[in-house]
Amino acid sequence: MSDNFDVPKALSGTGGWLDDRFHGARGFRVLMRKVFPDHWSFLLGEIALWSFVILLLTGTFLSLFFVPSMSEVTYHGSYIKLNGIQMSEAYQSTLNISFDVRGGLLMRQIHHWAADLFMVAIIVHMLRVFFTGAYRKPREVNWLIGIVLFTLGLLEGLFGYSLPDDQLSGAGLRIFEGVLQGVPIVGTYLAFFLFGGPYPGNIVIPRLYILHVLLIPGLILALITAHLFIMFHQKHTQMPAKGNTEKNVTGQPFYPYFLAKGGAWFFFIFAALALLATFAQINPIWLYGPYSPVQISSASQPDFYMGILEGSLRVMPAWEWNFLGHTLSFSVLIPALLPFGLILTGAAFWPFFEQWATGDKSFHNINDRPRNAPVRTGVGMAAVVFYGVLWAEGANDVLADFLQVPLYTITWIARVLVFVGPVLAFIITRRICLGLQRKDAETLLHGYETGIIRQLPDGEYIEVHKPVNEEGRAVLEAKQVPALMPPPGSEDANGVPAPTSRGVLGKARAAVNRAFAETVIIEADGHGNGHGGDGHGPEIVVGEEEHEAVGAPGSPAQLPSGDEDA
Amino acid sequence: MSDMEETEGHPGPAVPHRVIGTPPPSPRLLGSTAVADGGDGDGDGEVAEAEGAEHIVGLPPDDPRVIAHAKRVERIVAACFTFAFIAGCGFIAAYVGLGVHTVDKTLRSNLALGTSLSLALVALGLGALLWVRHLMPNVEVVEERHELRSDPGDRQAFEGYFKEGTANSQFVKRPLVRRTLMLGTLPLLAIPVVLLRDLGPEPGTSLRHTVWSPGRRLLVYGTNQPITPAEFSAPGQSLTIVPEGFTDNPDALAKATVTLIKFRPGELNIPTTTAGDTLIGTMNWTVDNIVAYSRICTHVGCPVGLYEQTTHHLLCPCHQSTFDASTGATVIFGPAPRPLPQLPLTTDAQGYLVAKSDFTQPVGPSFWERG
Repeated sequence: MSDNFDVPKALSGTGGWLDDRFHGARGFRVLMRKVFPDHWSFLLGEIALWSFVILLLTGTFLSLFFVPSMSEVTYHGSYIKLNGIQMSEAYQSTLNISFDVRGGLLMRQIHHWAADLFMVAIIVHMLRVFFTGAYRKPREVNWLIGIVLFTLGLLEGLFGYSLPDDQLSGAGLRIFEGVLQGVPIVGTYLAFFLFGGPYPGNIVIPRLYILHVLLIPGLILALITAHLFIMFHQKHTQMPAKGNTEKNVTGQPFYPYFLAKGGAWFFFIFAALALLATFAQINPIWLYGPYSPVQISSASQPDFYMGILEGSLRVMPAWEWNFLGHTLSFSVLIPALLPFGLILTGAAFWPFFEQWATGDKSFHNINDRPRNAPVRTGVGMAAVVFYGVLWAEGANDVLADFLQVPLYTITWIARVLVFVGPVLAFIITRRICLGLQRKDAETLLHGYETGIIRQLPDGEYIEVHKPVNEEGRAVLEAKQVPALMPPPGSEDANGVPAPTSRGVLGKARAAVNRAFAETVIIEADGHGNGHGGDGHGPEIVVGEEEHEAVGAPGSPAQLPSGDEDA
Repeated sequence: MSDMEETEGHPGPAVPHRVIGTPPPSPRLLGSTAVADGGDGDGDGEVAEAEGAEHIVGLPPDDPRVIAHAKRVERIVAACFTFAFIAGCGFIAAYVGLGVHTVDKTLRSNLALGTSLSLALVALGLGALLWVRHLMPNVEVVEERHELRSDPGDRQAFEGYFKEGTANSQFVKRPLVRRTLMLGTLPLLAIPVVLLRDLGPEPGTSLRHTVWSPGRRLLVYGTNQPITPAEFSAPGQSLTIVPEGFTDNPDALAKATVTLIKFRPGELNIPTTTAGDTLIGTMNWTVDNIVAYSRICTHVGCPVGLYEQTTHHLLCPCHQSTFDASTGATVIFGPAPRPLPQLPLTTDAQGYLVAKSDFTQPVGPSFWERG
């Protein structure tokens, strides 16, 4: 506001002292006025960031009490049901954190919930970035960093929940070891080196501990810093809206708005995690008991982010190849590598594939609405379904019990769905996107339905349509359609053959390009029917002829062109 | 209400306002009914325009309604922060006042600590949010994006310096220096990997063997008592078995644990199977319709923990590999690639069940050298 006040001497003095030495005013001046666009979906990445901060805080507390040791001890602590039971020191110290350290249980549960929220937020954030095309030039590197962060978060979580050495996480570790053994040529060595000898050995918990508390969080912290720095430097993308262009960024300044909002968001996320930790029990290791390689409990499920790996293992038929005195276990290798490999490498290559397919090398600072990129949205939904089927299959025993369907039936359904589902998802999503585009074109053309039915003097009933206001028009007209490449065999002005002419790859490129360039166009007669690959944006047609067909824009009641109110 | 004003004197009933794309900010939580809401908070995005809660559309900042609104919000924000202070003190009081060391007390302490912490955090968040949305003027700034690519001049200068520096370094001109430098650093890159060698011993043939040996008694898991065929006579029964002398050795148990199953006469029918010269399953290894299978799944090593008496199915709860115990633990469903190995059984002089030998094939998951 306009009210001026004198900066207290202590503050201005310190600021001056620092600036004399570090030349900070210049940088901070820029920082304070840094603009951050506002959209609810931009808060998803922030959830991941704040969860990570909470993980660091609670994790530091836990590390003060946790003993990463597999030495056998006999328990005589507060949890009487396990009195006299042999267990590792790691398990005992986790019991002590839960029952003998005030606030220990709360911190443990916040830590575990925060880890789950961290992964949820990363996944949803990545989906947002993918579906809005926010990974496009110049942000490809940040997209790749995000993929690495997701992978590191996965490992960090797996190693973290293995530390208490309880029965449930021990089963997970056993599976990890079994999968490691299945790696061709070096698998047995990898397993023996990680576990310091035969499974389970007595060294793996301390090793996982140092990876969990130092190495991986260090990498995550470094990459998050890089991620934020790049985002800061390149400036955030924005959603299509009136006044937003590729060359500007609209929003509120960092100081004080973003600072206050970000702070509030941190408090809300922390509060949500604290509430969960208070009222929703998570990982009650005292109920699972200490790990023993002899025992197993049914309905053992890992944390949700490992669910896709678990489901992949469950869905896989028993394929194995024995040759020349060696064993290649596809029933382990394929599930361990293929699904995540497909999704993560697919995601990593996607921005470059899209550039290749669309020939679009320009900068993009305005996000796409998902409907305006039907192929991308379709592929994204296919990936979501693929992931979802395998994830659900990871709980096939729970599903079978809950739905009262035979276990093997569930697995067979998953075996079919994992192939059919993504294809269907692609087709349906693409159709929905094109349908929504048609609706947008229709809205631009005729305005939107008001729900008001009026009777004309001749007795005909019509529904009143109202034209879209400027804000709405800016959103609807923000659609960008990739240009159609010249057909194979054609040449440009200098006689250089089109890139689509280069052999099989060129033909493939032409085909993919046609798919990407598909969009809804509006025919001159005003019927929003049909879509085609000729790459014309709707605005051309809309701007020239449509208004004549339906009357002057802005008139209070427009007569519909007839096809829907008849 | 503002939507109505936007309909430009449209006759007839009010037209609902349709929002396309990002909706404008939600109506003010605390907006007084006397104050009209803009309904168009995202503004038109030109330069620093002040238009917000305090400045509630069309009203000058010194309007009494605006001042009253701000005063009320100020009090609510202050109440939030005060409440956070009280809840935070409540946390400390609960920490000091409520002990732990039993399950009930721990849960009570967790409830008190968690509730007070959550309330303090919610109050802080709410206070900050109301502050920024209702007390701060809604400033919207439009900033130009700068070109990410450097000026052609800078690029050229960089290229010039790079060429000059490279030329001065003689890196290109003197391949001998360049190549020996690369040669010299090569071992240093390998050293971090080499150093990992002593993380563990070589596997050798250890995955091919378990601690079972001729005459080693089968002990019942839990009681660690040996068992005779007569004591294990109820058909359909199954037991988890550990090897005598290794009942507390996790490394041994991770491979040597066995499931013992008793069948009715005639139900058990294990075909004699061989792999090459190795016998891997036969009725001759059973005693009195009692058969012993490795409990370690051949998929990824979970204990095959579930046995269904009526169907004689052994099921691994991890990935649902299912084995038919009556026909030599052959795989009937799931990802496990081969049957559970059978442990040859016999009885010793005292009549207790003992191993006739070790397993004749590796137990547990597949590995490269298994063959």
